[in-house]
Amino acid sequence: MPAHPMLEYLWIVPLLPLLGSAINGILGAKWPNKYVTLTAISSTGLSFLCALEAVREFLESGQALSRKEFFTWIASGNFRAGFDLQADRLTVVMMLVVTGVGWLIHIYAIGYMAHERGYYRFFSYLNLFMFFMLILVLAANYVLLFVGWEGVGLSSYLLIGFWFLKKSASDAGKKAFIVNRIGDFGFMLGMFLLFRTFGTLDFQTLFTKAGSWPAEPMGHFGTFTVACLLLFMGATGKSAQLPLYVWLPDAMEGPTPVSALIHAATMVTAGVYVVARSHVLFSHSSTAMLVVAMVGCATAFFAATIGLVQTDIKKVLAYSTVSQLGYMFLACGVGAFTAGIFHLMTHAFFKALLFLAAGSVIHAMGGEQEMPKMGGLGRKIKWTYATMFIATLAIAGIPPFAGFFSKDAILFATFQSGAGDRIRTLYVLGLLAAVLTAFYMFRLIFLTFHGKPRYDEHKVHVHESPWSMRGPLVVLAILSVAGGWFALPAFFQGPDYFANFLGPVFGAREAVEAGAEAAAHQLELILSGVAVLASLIGLAVAYRLYIKNPRKADDLARSMKPAYTTLLNKYYVDELYAAAVVRPLLWLSTNVFWKATDVAGIDGTVNGIAHGAAAIGDGLRHSQSGNTRSYAVWVVAGAIVVLAVIFFWPSASKIALGLVR
Amino acid sequence: MPSGGHLLSVLIFFPAVGAAALMMLRGDDHKVVGSIAMLIAVAEFLFSLLLLRSVPIGASGYQLEEFAKWIPAPPIHYHLGVDGISMFLVLLTAFLTPISVLASWHSIQNRVKEFFVMLLLLEVGVVGVFLSLDLFLFFLFWELMLIPMAFLIGIWGHERRVYAAVKFVLYTMAGSILMLVGIIWLYNATGTFDVPTIQQMLANGQLVLEPRTEMLLFLAFFVAFAIKVPLFPLHTWLPDAHVEAPTAGSVMLAGVLLKLGTYGMIRFCLPLFPEASHRAARWVAVLAIIGIIYGALVSLVQPNLKKLVAYSSVSHLGFVVLGIFAFHNISMQGAVFQMLAHGVSTGALFLLVGMLYDRRHTFEISEFGGLATPMPKLAAFFLFVALSSLGLPMLNGFVGEFLILLGTYQRHWGWAAWAALGVILSACYLLWSYQRVFFGDITREKNRPLPDVSARENWVLAIMAVVILWMGVGSPFITRRTAAATQTVMDQVEPQWAYEAAAHVKAKAHANHVSSYAAHTMSVKRLGTR
Repeated sequence: MPAHPMLEYLWIVPLLPLLGSAINGILGAKWPNKYVTLTAISSTGLSFLCALEAVREFLESGQALSRKEFFTWIASGNFRAGFDLQADRLTVVMMLVVTGVGWLIHIYAIGYMAHERGYYRFFSYLNLFMFFMLILVLAANYVLLFVGWEGVGLSSYLLIGFWFLKKSASDAGKKAFIVNRIGDFGFMLGMFLLFRTFGTLDFQTLFTKAGSWPAEPMGHFGTFTVACLLLFMGATGKSAQLPLYVWLPDAMEGPTPVSALIHAATMVTAGVYVVARSHVLFSHSSTAMLVVAMVGCATAFFAATIGLVQTDIKKVLAYSTVSQLGYMFLACGVGAFTAGIFHLMTHAFFKALLFLAAGSVIHAMGGEQEMPKMGGLGRKIKWTYATMFIATLAIAGIPPFAGFFSKDAILFATFQSGAGDRIRTLYVLGLLAAVLTAFYMFRLIFLTFHGKPRYDEHKVHVHESPWSMRGPLVVLAILSVAGGWFALPAFFQGPDYFANFLGPVFGAREAVEAGAEAAAHQLELILSGVAVLASLIGLAVAYRLYIKNPRKADDLARSMKPAYTTLLNKYYVDELYAAAVVRPLLWLSTNVFWKATDVAGIDGTVNGIAHGAAAIGDGLRHSQSGNTRSYAVWVVAGAIVVLAVIFFWPSASKIALGLVR
Repeated sequence: MPSGGHLLSVLIFFPAVGAAALMMLRGDDHKVVGSIAMLIAVAEFLFSLLLLRSVPIGASGYQLEEFAKWIPAPPIHYHLGVDGISMFLVLLTAFLTPISVLASWHSIQNRVKEFFVMLLLLEVGVVGVFLSLDLFLFFLFWELMLIPMAFLIGIWGHERRVYAAVKFVLYTMAGSILMLVGIIWLYNATGTFDVPTIQQMLANGQLVLEPRTEMLLFLAFFVAFAIKVPLFPLHTWLPDAHVEAPTAGSVMLAGVLLKLGTYGMIRFCLPLFPEASHRAARWVAVLAIIGIIYGALVSLVQPNLKKLVAYSSVSHLGFVVLGIFAFHNISMQGAVFQMLAHGVSTGALFLLVGMLYDRRHTFEISEFGGLATPMPKLAAFFLFVALSSLGLPMLNGFVGEFLILLGTYQRHWGWAAWAALGVILSACYLLWSYQRVFFGDITREKNRPLPDVSARENWVLAIMAVVILWMGVGSPFITRRTAAATQTVMDQVEPQWAYEAAAHVKAKAHANHVSSYAAHTMSVKRLGTR
């Protein structure tokens, strides 16, 4: 028995869900739901327990990095991609979030999906997702990470399109996969460049080598900058950032537990994880860092504005997710990787909770997702209301809920990261996005749970969800409250536990900042106050518009009609892409490439040659008339030609004679 | 001459003997005929597995060579040999033949005996091509395989079968003639048809080709192979041939016949005409990249499912050609792997399309829709195979594509960047067509009662799926065995490369030099990137 059995056999953690997926996928069709549930829940539950044990052993061992090579998966020349898993403190956070939240959502899904056809299929896909997501966070090299990366994309495709009879669902699944592929194009090129430069894609070796290289100054497009921007392109696809965010809102076609797990808590944060994992590379390029920060910040603000006017409860949450992911990138971009991961974690708690609660609302309303057709639900589904309210406080950044600490850390780091105008713009935009966040979240709460019912109370029998659904809500609500308290002592000039925990991963750079933080404690308190004030403003506006004076919202929308419709139609970005990319490409492919080039051009030439040959043969056929007299004419004509050649061009006859001989 | 028994001869002629035996049978009991054909094909596959034992890992050069004098003047000899590359291509052929037999079980109803005879003769020709080391013998098998394939399309094909068969034959013949001229020219220059001998003469300077001559010879061979691949713009025979061919014909065509072209490039174009290959590489790469993108885009808008898969082959084979002409060890191995992977996944795609045809007698995508409801298993298999074709990691398509792009990038990052667009586009055309065929409500009542996969189909598809997964997860099994052969080709095409590799080995011998060597290359690279 090795000293740390679970670390030694770390592959068990991802393998368990894979087994669950395979068993349910192959046998589940004929099983009653009970067995399917048992398989799915026990495999993920065991995986969670194994992960806990692995974390315990890892922390006990005191290593900075535990790395195991299992088998070689691709090998060619000096290139090797192994099935190598590693655990460090960043992995620990991710692994616990994935297995923990994942397990809760599995439990929730028992109730939510109970009456669906294809129950086994759903859990098989969901377990498959867990497998790939764990591979993603445990991978010890970029290629294996890419396996998880593409794999979660596949699971996402399958789960978004779970109700494949609906065209909108299968469209959304396809869109998600393809948009992600566009990002993956960059990700792959980034890997190739890294391999060309460093001769390896293994994290440990690569980062050690890269660490000794000089950093690239701003505006310099060297290896690091290009590689990081390419990797970041992949991240914008997976984590739904500008300009590749368009798939995520559509992904809400999937069942709600899927939205909670994949499109809020875990998969979409993979991009943030990759940037954090590659922090050594990113830290070498100020240009790439600034791009990450700008894209993140712009997305945070942009998506929040769209979230203001959406009426579908899940769409609001989707844009909110895009916006919050933007915050995480903003954090990474200004070098506060710890804050980014911190927000990733708290966001996993409160956003999963928001989605699950929204699912509970939809469940209660019998499938209705439009908020204008809800209202006054707070009294009828108290558990859902209470938990969702907690999550809203958390995301809005009200102390002492989890989101307050993480968002505050990000804004503080942004403010501190430099005195330039660009940075100040980033901070102001981030702060504005916080106002918007609070507004649209409380708008959601007020529209859904407060006011008078706007549905037919005789037709819709609002009912609270079963305990299998309420349980996860409560657990997540507790986490949404307390999940940020790691950073609480820092407010009283104590240690920041979360930052300290990740210290070994992100290294000296962060430690310096931690020192600076102590000095700027005063500033931090002031900024926190500003941030809370921002949230309260958002809350107050929402209260005025949707509780105090419900008609005012409509008036406002009418008075600012162009802006309102632009937002409602999501800035027409989808339409733009369709008009600028999709339709021209299809037109070009059909008319220019296929019909003109292929069929008419190339094939026309080929067939033309064939027809030409036939025509020539047909013409020559007439010379073979079988008529003796016409043959005699040919003989004479030939003789004349030969004589003429000999007479006028003597050298030719020599050549001809030579050929005969 | 070294002798390794006669396994290679057995591999070539066993199906011929089988076919002859099959001819003797009365053809009216389809089941008996089919079973015997299956038996022969499976036995051939088992024989081919013996190759794995006989080609040692890491051994360069040809194994199991067989040599017999055949025609004294001109000196045409029966010279066979196998290396890591040809071994797996023979394995692929021997694997796909029984699969094709199974695929034809019910869908071929007339002249069943003759059909299987043709299929086995096709195997003879293809295996012969892969194992020949004599240019004339190679050409003989090259032409031989044309005949059964033309019949398979022309007799058992669909509506426009004769047009497609004639087009297929004429296209290929046009290239063959050029190649024949090249072969004879080479013979005039060297006095031999023996490939290893010619290579030897090139290596020790006995044979020096003038650049212009070399280029012409290169082109004579290259065009023949490019037609077979098919490389843009010589590809228009392919969609017609595929659409008209019976399922088994398509499986063999896409699975194996296209690889004859890329195999020829690796085996002949690069080693025999290294300088010309280098000079042509840029143009070849451009055509390959056009093929990748163009093939994918045309595939995207096909209303005919089988044509869609056919055009996707143009795209996928573009990757292979690019990998070959990037002249990088990794991309070359990727190309070889992609040849095998494409053989399995596209073969499987054609099987699936054939199964849909057996049920509905159409390839039009608009005639399908919502098929996942009546046939969930077939839909699941189709998705699995489509995912392998679009290069999902852990399935076979990814390994080849990734290695090709990775290797190509090391030498020509621009080529790799353009080619990588194909990765996006393959997801587009496969997922879009999948959606239109399998998702949504059933739009045609005819599709509602369609049966899901039968036991036979289930087995065939399950075998393909297992191979796809195995190749995707356990790729070193293959790459380890092809490494020596691809390295040999690299050495032949790039003497300088070989020189560097040798220097590296030397440096390794002196352990303390290794770090300085690495540091040196690192600093050089750094200078290069700045």
